[in-house]
Amino acid sequence: MIKISVIILQLLVFILAAPFLSGLITKIKNFLRMRQGESILQPYYHLAKLFSKEEVVSETTSWVFKAAPFVTIVSSLAAALLVPVFIFAAPLHIAGDLLAVIFIFALGRFFLALAALDAGSSFGGMGSSREMFISSLAEPVLCLVAATAVLHFGSTDLSAFSGMHALSASVIVAAMALFLAVIAETSRVPVDNQETHLELTMIHEAMVLEYSGRPLALIAMASYIKQMAWFFIIAQIVFPISLPCFTDPAQAARWILWYLSRIAIIALSMALVEVSMSKMRLFRTADFLGFAFVLGVIAIACAILGV
Amino acid sequence: MNNFNFNFFFDPLSLFFLFVILIVSSAAALYSYGYLKGQYSAFKIALAWILLVVFVFSMALVVTAGNLLIFLIAWELMSLVSYFFVVFDFQHERSVKAGMIYIVMTHIGTAFLIGAFLIMHQQAHSFDLISIKNACQLMPAQTKNIVFLLLLAGFGTKAGIVPLHIWLPYAHPQAPSHISSIMSGVMVKTAIYGIIRFVIFTLGVNNSWWGSLVLVLAVVTCLVGIIYALMETDIKRLLAYSSVENIGIILLGVGLAMVFIGKGWLALGLLALTASLYHLMNHAFYKGLLFFCAGSVYKATGTRDMEKLGGLIKKMPQTAFYFLLAAAAISALPPLNGFISEWMTLQAFFLGAINLSGNLRFFLVICAALLALTSALTAACFVKAFGVTFLALPRGQHSLNAQETSWSMKAGMFILAALVVISGLAVIPIIKLLARAANVVIGVDTAQMVTHKIIFSPQAFLAAQPENQNVYLSTPLLAVVLLILAAGVFCVYRLFGKKKQVVYKTWDCGYYKLSARNEYTATAFSKPFRIAFSFFLLPYRKTQKIRESFYHVKAFFYETHTTPVFRKYVYYPLLAWVLKSARLMRRMQPGSIHLYLSYILATILLLVIFINKF
Repeated sequence: MIKISVIILQLLVFILAAPFLSGLITKIKNFLRMRQGESILQPYYHLAKLFSKEEVVSETTSWVFKAAPFVTIVSSLAAALLVPVFIFAAPLHIAGDLLAVIFIFALGRFFLALAALDAGSSFGGMGSSREMFISSLAEPVLCLVAATAVLHFGSTDLSAFSGMHALSASVIVAAMALFLAVIAETSRVPVDNQETHLELTMIHEAMVLEYSGRPLALIAMASYIKQMAWFFIIAQIVFPISLPCFTDPAQAARWILWYLSRIAIIALSMALVEVSMSKMRLFRTADFLGFAFVLGVIAIACAILGV
Repeated sequence: MNNFNFNFFFDPLSLFFLFVILIVSSAAALYSYGYLKGQYSAFKIALAWILLVVFVFSMALVVTAGNLLIFLIAWELMSLVSYFFVVFDFQHERSVKAGMIYIVMTHIGTAFLIGAFLIMHQQAHSFDLISIKNACQLMPAQTKNIVFLLLLAGFGTKAGIVPLHIWLPYAHPQAPSHISSIMSGVMVKTAIYGIIRFVIFTLGVNNSWWGSLVLVLAVVTCLVGIIYALMETDIKRLLAYSSVENIGIILLGVGLAMVFIGKGWLALGLLALTASLYHLMNHAFYKGLLFFCAGSVYKATGTRDMEKLGGLIKKMPQTAFYFLLAAAAISALPPLNGFISEWMTLQAFFLGAINLSGNLRFFLVICAALLALTSALTAACFVKAFGVTFLALPRGQHSLNAQETSWSMKAGMFILAALVVISGLAVIPIIKLLARAANVVIGVDTAQMVTHKIIFSPQAFLAAQPENQNVYLSTPLLAVVLLILAAGVFCVYRLFGKKKQVVYKTWDCGYYKLSARNEYTATAFSKPFRIAFSFFLLPYRKTQKIRESFYHVKAFFYETHTTPVFRKYVYYPLLAWVLKSARLMRRMQPGSIHLYLSYILATILLLVIFINKF
């Protein structure tokens, strides 16, 4: 019973907080660009707007197109349940580990890429092809990070990354590699750009171009949740955190502050990367992720040397 | 003569292979009833049935034979019968060419095997495998290495290890589809059986470079196979290349097991070999299913070229569903079966990286990373295969007139689809059975398995690790979670009432002439990969302008190709060398009877001298 309530609580945390995280990054970006920018709650308005709009479906599509948003959101939510958010253990950690998270995200992407081909426009095909290209370059990086985690924490179980281990060079380098891979996974600059709808540069947005109304809201929600899940995984790997002690209010406050600022630091770095770089040409992303791969190899080397 | 005893193996390992062979073949037989009807004459249908029976019988004999001679006879029978299937459509020139490449390559492989078997026989003075196993323990290391390399080359040819894979993408697609599925799903696995039975079981692994060599070959096989599959536009050949890739994944498990056995980590070896056998079984199921679907598409449309297909999901909904299921399974998507075996293989690599020492750890992690790359490329490849063949608008007449297949073909597909789902969910019982099969060659007792912390917990598969940091994976639980979440999301979605849904044209920048020509093709889809891997694929373009006059180009032809590296740089030079030496040999035979008589005289003289001297 407790377990089920933890599961529901975690789902609610993800659903309610994930859009905020995205809004936060946008806000930081706008701040850095010295702009007023949109409200931090804009993702919620966006979702609400999409949810109340009518839906336009392309006449060439099949059931794959209709099913894909559901598969995407369900895969994001399921992956989110494998991530330990309340420090100790993920509510469903018995169901899978870091590798399972990677492959569950692949499930959503697989269907979205198919749905993009389903509408029959060139944009969809372009987005689908590029998304699969970039994700296949990110996958070995993720695997190297998982291997480093195994060497450092002893297993790929995310709950084992309790954050209570001492930091080491290998973990820091691995977290950097993971950060670069997450840039690609969450379609951010310099790999992709969430803000553009310029035909020739968009990747993720090209994939979902044919969606509108509620299905688009589901897909947007799935992206927010995916991003938050990855942020928690990075935080779990690289930011040590002790067990909370709620008897002393000052200590508890400090603990909660540190707990939240772990995620905020990652969001800040993401925003900094986004404002300080421009989008790369598609084939330069191979170099970008190649660099991430090299970082992963260095992390492994460090882990084997024991530093 | 104890040379000619008829020993058969019916241990768990052989029984496991027998099970996979028979179950895929039964589904194929059911499928072939509908597939052959209307495609071939009554005589050829009867022939196909007879050959099918002989084919299955020979494969069953291969995986049970306990005697080298019987094994070789069965092996050769299997090769010949499958050759007849490759040239089944002998009126096509492609079939004859594919058959030629196949028969030559397979006999080169058999020659290596015969070499290995002769050395084994010399050692043991018997063809019986058990006595050879005993004799091999006394075999000098140098000889052992040679036998291992011969066996690897021999079985590798059949399995399609790069660079010996050259025949596979020609031969497998050319056979009738139910046979393609048996060849890709089962026949190549007999070579894996051979490696397990003859190298690990009979010869015995006692150093780790064998395993490392297999790992290197396996990684290369994986990547080459999937990169070529990505480039392919012929749907059956795409599947054949993907078989090359999957053989690589299976061999990764086998090679890893050999590394572990060589280092004395038997329990880890058991885990790796179990993962490998699991992947082998999974591949038999989903690749069989994929070939069935491809065969249905071929029968319904008359073409295997994906660029001419499209939109089939509306004409053939069931075939499309089965193809999607199998594509998801082969792309290692949870909670289907391909995911579990790849997960286990990756875990075995990670456990190796924890427990072993030295450079080997680094090597294992890199292998694991390349396996992850392969699995992601597989997903891309099957997005392409399914998306281009089944989705969007039809690209021509072929798919406009397509119809759903007959009941027997659907039944064949249903059996394998059910097995794909079952083997993805019933993980624990399957792993227990597979571990028994793998244990035949490794020989860890179950008590030791627990102390080495390979535990099978009732809820989840558990690859237990040092310091009690266990890893859990439970696909049934994942499946339940996915279903509950889907139901939940759907309920919330509907809770807000139904919104209007407008059916309208796809966005085409306001041009309003969107047709199948605007769709992404398979070639276009694979373009980023073609460019990223251009160092290996060496793509080139052929352009041709047909001019009416200097100023006006009437037509423009544009083709893009990739260079077949292995054919161009390995096989053609080799073939040229063989032909050249044959031409040189021909000079000895000018046709003059006087010269031949002098040859005979010279031979006799030589022999006389030889006998007197020695």
